[in-house]
Formats: sequence, structure tokens, C-alpha cells
Amino acid sequence: MDAKFEYLLRLGDNTLVLSQQLAEWCGHGPALEEDLALTNTALDLLGQARLWLSYAGEVEGQGRDEDTLAYGRDGAAFRNLLLLEQPNGNYADTVARQFFFDAWHQHLLAALTHSSDPRIAEIAQKAVKEVRYHVERSAGLVVALGDGTAESHARMQAAVNRLWSYTNEWFDADAVDMQCATEGWAPDAASLSDAWHRDVRTVLAQATLEMPTYAGHQRGGKQGLHSEHLGHLLTSLQFVQRAYPGAQW
Amino acid sequence: MVSGAVAMRPSREALLGWLGAVMDPEVPVVSIVDLGILRDVQWLGDTVVVTVTPTYSGCPATEVIAQSIRDALTAHGIAQVNVQTQLAPAWTTDWMSEQGRNALRAYGIAPPVHRAAASDGGQVIDMRALLPGQAVVPCPQCGSHTTRLLSQFGSTACKALYRCNACLEPFDYFKPH
Repeated sequence: MDAKFEYLLRLGDNTLVLSQQLAEWCGHGPALEEDLALTNTALDLLGQARLWLSYAGEVEGQGRDEDTLAYGRDGAAFRNLLLLEQPNGNYADTVARQFFFDAWHQHLLAALTHSSDPRIAEIAQKAVKEVRYHVERSAGLVVALGDGTAESHARMQAAVNRLWSYTNEWFDADAVDMQCATEGWAPDAASLSDAWHRDVRTVLAQATLEMPTYAGHQRGGKQGLHSEHLGHLLTSLQFVQRAYPGAQW
Repeated sequence: MVSGAVAMRPSREALLGWLGAVMDPEVPVVSIVDLGILRDVQWLGDTVVVTVTPTYSGCPATEVIAQSIRDALTAHGIAQVNVQTQLAPAWTTDWMSEQGRNALRAYGIAPPVHRAAASDGGQVIDMRALLPGQAVVPCPQCGSHTTRLLSQFGSTACKALYRCNACLEPFDYFKPH
């Protein structure tokens, strides 16, 4: 197994899957401004996914490009985090998922700008500028909804509690993470934990929300063990290329 | 005849002048030169190689811009044009020219109010200092300094949405990037 290829798939699949989820809100956002923000964020993430998956294909050296990787793999070959395939739910669920991810993503990308692999560092330098705006927005929404009405507070707290068990997978280093850290391609997975917990604690406190304390975390997405939600997401993401392989327009 | 053809070859300055007429499709008053996304132009044999850098990773205008560049140079008789995309150094609004900033303002889009260079080292947002819209963004319509942020994203990813508290008009703000 090529650790760099696997790691690039994780980066690419995280951004691809979350982009697809956000795109589902297009035309359904709770306000015009939210609709625009969701789809702009989705577009940023899709652009990042293209850069990561293109590079993954080059590293693999089997002739697969970004499209082949995005449209031609089955669920078990996807390497995204379980958090990102959790359903959009109500708006608090979408916001909590986004904030938890953005808060981790910005620290990961900031670290990846120092990657010993120049291409990874280059893509990260581009992406981190975009993700700073993502986290500013999602953190602001967590505060607005958490410190809002009784109803929005209750929904935001429920979403935070529901998704909490998916927020440790990224700190849990496996053989791929460890080899990438050893080579200097990526940071030690656990090294981002303190910064993430500090940021999340700060924002949840401003939002008058309780930070969940329970242990017991879900894992497996990075290794291809997914929940049932990913299959449904891929059916709409991949339908056209599955039905009409190689179709272009 | 070969030496004659070389003598007739348009200079780099001429090429830059023609490219200065290629407008950003999303903001059609700002050229790709004024926006700072044109990174280089040079002759490589009989081919003009144009290097551009995307504003945002997912910017849908990137392919349109590449085509506009080919069209503009072809219209001036350049037979072979090669448009290359370069990722690093990552584009920043600091590369936008003064002319570009003025054109944005006249078009109703507030230009970036501060430089982004300080944040190029992969810095992160400090969650303890989350005060969205703390920078004063003057209204491009009436010039008032009392405006507020409505959303970090406007009609495109590179812009935020603001409202002027004086003239009550909403406006786009080109974010420092």
C-alpha cells in the first residue's frame, strides 16, 4: 500500500464528500445568504478535491485521473471521515458538521503548508486561505444558533451531541498517518488535537453550548469502513458516469 | 525569411497590452492583469506561453479565462498559444493593481481594505478573536463607514456580502485573500 496515495485520497474524499453534501442544499438554504454561502463553500471544497485527487492519480501512476477516482470507485474504496457522510439533517446538523470539520481542516492545512512534499504544500497554501473563511462563517453560525432562541439552542446542542462521536477519527493515527508523518508529508495526526479542542471549547462556550465529555468514538472511514449513508450519496454523485461511462458535455 | 519573421514577432510589452484587455468574466471591469492572476508571458519558440494562477481552487472562471486569453492572442495573429496554470505562490488580493481596485469601487464592489500578505504563512483564525466584520469596509455607493457584514460569501466565493447602514444598500466586498 502506498501511504502517500492513501493519504491524498483521504484529503480528496473528505473535500469531495462534504462538497456533495453542501451542494444538496442548493436552492434549499434557509435564507438566500445561507444558500450562497453553502454553495460557495461547496465550490471551494470541490476545487480542493480536484487538486488532491489529480495528485493522488499521479502518485498512483495507474493512469487514473480526478474524474476516474471520483466517479469510478465504490464506497469501500472511499477514504473520507465518517463525520462528513453523516446526513445534512436539520440546519443545526449541517452547521455542527461543518464547524467541527472546518476547525480541524484549517489546522491540518496550516500544518500541510510545511509538508516536505512541495505539491502538497502548494495545494495546502491555496486551500488554507479558503478554509479560514469557512471556519469564520461556521463558528459564527454555531454562536448565532446556540446563543439564539430556545429552539435554535436546543437543536444546536442536539446536533453537537449527535455528531460528537465522529470527531476523534482524525486524531487516531493508523499506519498510513504514521508513515506520512515520518516522511514529513503530513503532521502527526494526534498533534492537532489540542488546538482543535481549544477552538471548539472557545466557540461552544460563546454559543452557550455544553461541550460533550463522553468517550467512545466512531472510526473506520479512513480505512474504507463506511456507514450506510455514503452509498446513497455516491449513487447521486456517480449516477451519470455509471450509466454513461466516459460521458462528456 | 526566417529572420524576418522573428523581427515581426510582437514584443512582450505588446502581448501584455493585449492581455490587459482580457476581462475577468465574473467582474468584467477588471482585467486579468489588474486582478494579478496573470503571472508571466513569454515566447517559447513559436509559441506564446501564458502563465496564470487561479483566484480560488474551485473558481469556475478559470477555464473561461484560459479560453479568453487564447482568443485575444489569436485575434492579434498569434498562431500558437499555451496557457499554463501555476498554483504557487498562491494568488493574493495584494497583487491587485490600484487601477483594478478603483475599477472595482466604481463598479459597486468594495475593494479589499487591508493587505493579506501577513496571513500567507498558513496561519489560522483565532477563535478567541472572532469578530466578523471588525474591519471598516466603506460603502462603494455612498462612501459611508458604517456598514455591516451580512455573510462571508457573496455572489462568488471571492466576495463577502455587506449592507450599508447609511444608504441601506447591500454591496459586495472583495475579501482580502
